[in-house]
Amino acid sequence: MSGTKTPPQRNRIAVDVGGTFTDVVLLQDQTQYAAKILTSADAPERAVLQGIADVLQQAGLDFAAIDLLILGTTLATNALIERKGARTALITTSGFRDLVEIGQEDRFAQYDVFLQKPQPLVPRHWRFTLDERIDAQGQVRIALDEQQVSALAQQLREQQIDSVAIGFLQSFVNPQHEQRVATLLRAQLPEVTISLSSEVCPEIREYERLSTVCANAYVQPLVAGYLTRLQQQLTQRGLRVRPFLMTSGGGITSLETGIAEPVRLVESGPAGGAILASNIARQLGLEKVLSFDMGGTTAKICFIDHYQPQISRSFEFGRVHRHQKGSGLPIRIPVIDLVEIGAGGGSIARIDNLGRLQVGPDSAGSSPGPVSYNLGGELVTITDANAQLGLLDPAAFAGGKVELNVARAAAALIQQVGQPLGLDEDNAALAVTEIIAENMANAARVHASESGKQVDAYTLVAFGGAAPLHAVRLATRLGIQRVVIPHAAGVGSALGFLWAPVAYQAVHSFYQRLDHLDIAAVSDLLTTLSDQVRQLVLQADPAAPVTLQRSVYLRYAGQGHEVAVDLPEGELNQQATAALHQRFTLLYRQLYGRSLDHVAVEAISWTVTASTPAPAIAPPQTAPAVSGTADRATRLVYSAQQRKRLAVPVLARQQLVTGESYSGPLLITEPETTTWVEENFSAQRTAAGHLLLQRNTQQGEKP
Amino acid sequence: MSQDIIQHQVIWNRLIAVVEEQAQALIRTAFGTATREAGDLSAGVFLPDGRMVAQAVTGTPGHVNSMAESVKHFLRAFPLETLQPGDVLVTNDPWKGTGHLYDITMVTPVFYHNQPVALFASTLHVVDIGGLGPGPDGHQIFHEGLFLPIIKLIHAGELDNTVLAIVKANVREPEQVEGDFLALVACNDVGARRLLTLLEEFELPDLQAVGEFILARSRQGMLAAIAGWPQGSWSAEMWVDGYDEPLLLQARLTISPQGIHVDFAGSASFVAKGINVVKAYTDAYTSFGIRCLIGADIPNNAGSLGVITIDAPEGSILNAPYPAAVTSRHIIGQMLPDVVFNCLRQARPGEVPAEGASCLWNIQLSGGHVLPGYDASSFLRQPRFSITSFSTGGTGARPQLDGLSTTSFPSGVRNVSLEILESISPVVFWRKEHRADSGGAGAQRGGLGQVIELSHGQDMPMELGAAWDRIHFPARGAEGGQHGAPGRVSLSTGETLSGKGRQIIPPGSHLIVETPGGGGLGDARQRDPARLQHDIKNQLISHEAAIQHYHHNKTE
Repeated sequence: MSGTKTPPQRNRIAVDVGGTFTDVVLLQDQTQYAAKILTSADAPERAVLQGIADVLQQAGLDFAAIDLLILGTTLATNALIERKGARTALITTSGFRDLVEIGQEDRFAQYDVFLQKPQPLVPRHWRFTLDERIDAQGQVRIALDEQQVSALAQQLREQQIDSVAIGFLQSFVNPQHEQRVATLLRAQLPEVTISLSSEVCPEIREYERLSTVCANAYVQPLVAGYLTRLQQQLTQRGLRVRPFLMTSGGGITSLETGIAEPVRLVESGPAGGAILASNIARQLGLEKVLSFDMGGTTAKICFIDHYQPQISRSFEFGRVHRHQKGSGLPIRIPVIDLVEIGAGGGSIARIDNLGRLQVGPDSAGSSPGPVSYNLGGELVTITDANAQLGLLDPAAFAGGKVELNVARAAAALIQQVGQPLGLDEDNAALAVTEIIAENMANAARVHASESGKQVDAYTLVAFGGAAPLHAVRLATRLGIQRVVIPHAAGVGSALGFLWAPVAYQAVHSFYQRLDHLDIAAVSDLLTTLSDQVRQLVLQADPAAPVTLQRSVYLRYAGQGHEVAVDLPEGELNQQATAALHQRFTLLYRQLYGRSLDHVAVEAISWTVTASTPAPAIAPPQTAPAVSGTADRATRLVYSAQQRKRLAVPVLARQQLVTGESYSGPLLITEPETTTWVEENFSAQRTAAGHLLLQRNTQQGEKP
Repeated sequence: MSQDIIQHQVIWNRLIAVVEEQAQALIRTAFGTATREAGDLSAGVFLPDGRMVAQAVTGTPGHVNSMAESVKHFLRAFPLETLQPGDVLVTNDPWKGTGHLYDITMVTPVFYHNQPVALFASTLHVVDIGGLGPGPDGHQIFHEGLFLPIIKLIHAGELDNTVLAIVKANVREPEQVEGDFLALVACNDVGARRLLTLLEEFELPDLQAVGEFILARSRQGMLAAIAGWPQGSWSAEMWVDGYDEPLLLQARLTISPQGIHVDFAGSASFVAKGINVVKAYTDAYTSFGIRCLIGADIPNNAGSLGVITIDAPEGSILNAPYPAAVTSRHIIGQMLPDVVFNCLRQARPGEVPAEGASCLWNIQLSGGHVLPGYDASSFLRQPRFSITSFSTGGTGARPQLDGLSTTSFPSGVRNVSLEILESISPVVFWRKEHRADSGGAGAQRGGLGQVIELSHGQDMPMELGAAWDRIHFPARGAEGGQHGAPGRVSLSTGETLSGKGRQIIPPGSHLIVETPGGGGLGDARQRDPARLQHDIKNQLISHEAAIQHYHHNKTE
């Protein structure tokens, strides 16, 4: 990537394989080419190759001219959600075959007696056990019975199992039984893929570890097949470079790592959005950014401090109830910490039996879509409300692909929202947009307080089709002063991949009291992890300078939730331990207001992340501003603040003169979206083509 | 006017988010596993007259309206006009809080422009409160630990260190209990700060108008939900194991246009063991049972809770008087939703679940302290520990759906990782899996219980604190469904243990706990053959049981 020996990379391609569309972006120096192709679900490589060929043709290049290729895929995610993975078996300790089904024994919805829990990926009749037991200290309590393994291999063969997950209790302390079983099975079943919990997720907490290794095994044959085929075909077509894969944690990695740990590839698409926002933050020198990505069905927010998106260590897939925490199956992998809210242009508004207006999380999607699409949708959506308020040009919505019928929207708003609440169509529309803004603001506030952040100190970076309409409303509610609507935000995720560093994070649970830390043992562990991650990163990019970042998950003895604290640089010794304790105390105070100085501190897990510097690529060029502001169109927009229709100027984005300030109310249009600058904000276009919206300080406005 | 309508809707959403944030702050900073893993907590905001306007969804049903009522007790002890900014009140009075001494309730008044505008209250279950420790072995409240009447813990921002010193001197884990106390203070502060921002943002003088709007809407919503049910009165009774002898729970539930009334007249008298239930806790689980079936989506507040009224005779086990022992009040309290279901099933046959294991089967183990029958001095050399493995049985079968296997209901408990428990104690687990054939047979099968087997990993004695039920009286099937399997507690040596009280697990013995299954619903012969086949294939039902209970054809 930014290695010293490699020549400058002129032609960079990013591919995001989504559930519906495969997006391809080519950045040739600062010129951008894009293609959008229907995903070929049966063989995703087909659409990928087609899309790449498409952008190459646009630029007059061939495969050999590609200097960098980054692939993101939802293949693993979709296989998990649609349950279309391999015939997978789980091998676990005798007496514990139901751990993946028993889970946490809880109900994710307190008052729902009719709820159904998500089914584990591996059904009970494919969950096998072996006599063995290793205790919490790593001592063998029951030796592995190797005879049983041979008998088991026969059973797996009979059941035509394609992929095996091995997960024994306490295997993260001592992996020898898992490793031995894998060796024996590989000898007898060479065609079967095998995942070990002690490799995929060497962390304490058996349910999460077993669930993670099952997910890895479940998608491995599929992902490995796809990636292997893809690489062969790319090479055949003349690709010179090794392709990279986007991971859920926001770094890119090698194909080999993707094949060994495909579970790390889930959620790579949304990660691209957060990286895009980080890059804009870096470009504009914004140290605190809240990224806000809002499309047709959901909105996603992510805190980005010092150009680094916040990372979490767990993720839930296949939620039975959308957006309901606990209704999915857990995976423990490094993942960009995005909060997903059921709020998009298609989110449905309704009055519940308490007379309360509810908006989302269910969505009308693109079919039947909002009422105003006139495609058979009968339920009022956010898009209908925005159309009624006058914010959307009925003839130019979504690049003119859909003509909006505002009269239909008004009738539905009156009937479904206005009459029950005693509001006219304008106020009914306003109620819908106010509630959705409030829902998103609430999610952001809760996330901020969980992460110990002051949300009003952040700059909102808003992208995705619906975000620019809602950004100022959200900012106002959160007390945020500044909003950025980036240039070329429509391509979103795929473009973001190009700014991702090569990175890999490894974690290992090792329970220790900080006041009598086994320094030698922890140092050994950190060295092992460092070697492992450094090697994986160098494998992807041998020339790059590698940075290591080490952290530990700490808590007060007796607590159940840990806080990640960076380890001091250098050797671990008494002094470093003391410094670590101090860092934890400070961070804990920042998060929770006070520290508990008499309580012992314990360490649960240790992580090391290796990464290369993020590439410094200039952003795509934007068309120069059209001089003069000749035909200033206006539209009548219903103002939330003044509760009346105002004649609001409408400007195309490229009409804005760089550096000049335009005060709201103002609508700024571009083919894929519209930015709504309310009365309390002003807009500017930066030299790089971004829109910078600033809250007016003089005005004594209120939300 | 339109502005008020939209604003009230927005503020209602905000208040629910505020109390949710308050609850999350508590979960992240609390020490007791009960609080952070089981969500054994509550958080809410109240009008100055003590009526609750919003409560976090996070939390256990046991606290639902017990805490809702408790703020009124606080205001009687400390009228609002005597309070000032920075004051914080506290109690663990079971009769004025949430039912046992382990639950600490903290109340913080909020002032805006020097006027009291609201109170934030929160409750959690502390790690320890002194006395005998967890379990139903006490005879009177005095055996059960430190009793704090309603007192002021913080005077205008000044923490009362005397109170804290007394607390710390009376509990086994002073630092953790102190941490829990401060977590309550901090979470109320989070709520208060958010509320003040809200008042400023919307330029409101107080919460009165929006509070009345919320309460009126909720009350109307609950009455409308009740109106969807037939009017009338239905009775049900249920026997539970009790401590020494079986106890009868009896209820009569009446649905009228004014609301729902439940009368527990005829229920057993309170006993000299810590399984008694205070009235507020009876109210909590009774109304929870109703709300699971009627108005489940209506937020909890004084408006929605107010249309459910409950009577239990003073001196009965469901309205135990001071100074009764109450530590393990959950054993019987958690049976009350089943009693309510048994009444409501008569009102709407075919629409109500069967009985489940209901009472939690938490395994409480401790060691390294002096045990009767063993050499006292040897314990000094042993590892000292105390752990709780939250465990559950099966839930009752549901209309069109099987019961949930090994799942907490009505409690919202989450278990603790076995690997975590093993890393903080010498206990080794040998088995934790579904218990085949434990789900009551039926067209819809009851949820399965589980088998848990464990031992002291260093062959030393340890103590079990049992607080379990449905050993003598299993979860009953309904509408033709069969009973779930009763629970069972034994040692690997073959000895059967009691479901209640402290008992010793001798060195080398394994403890085997088999939790109860849920009751079935409908005639087992009506079970969908494909689902029966699925259960047989996955060994949830044995071939023998399939033949015996489902009249399954052997040749299949």
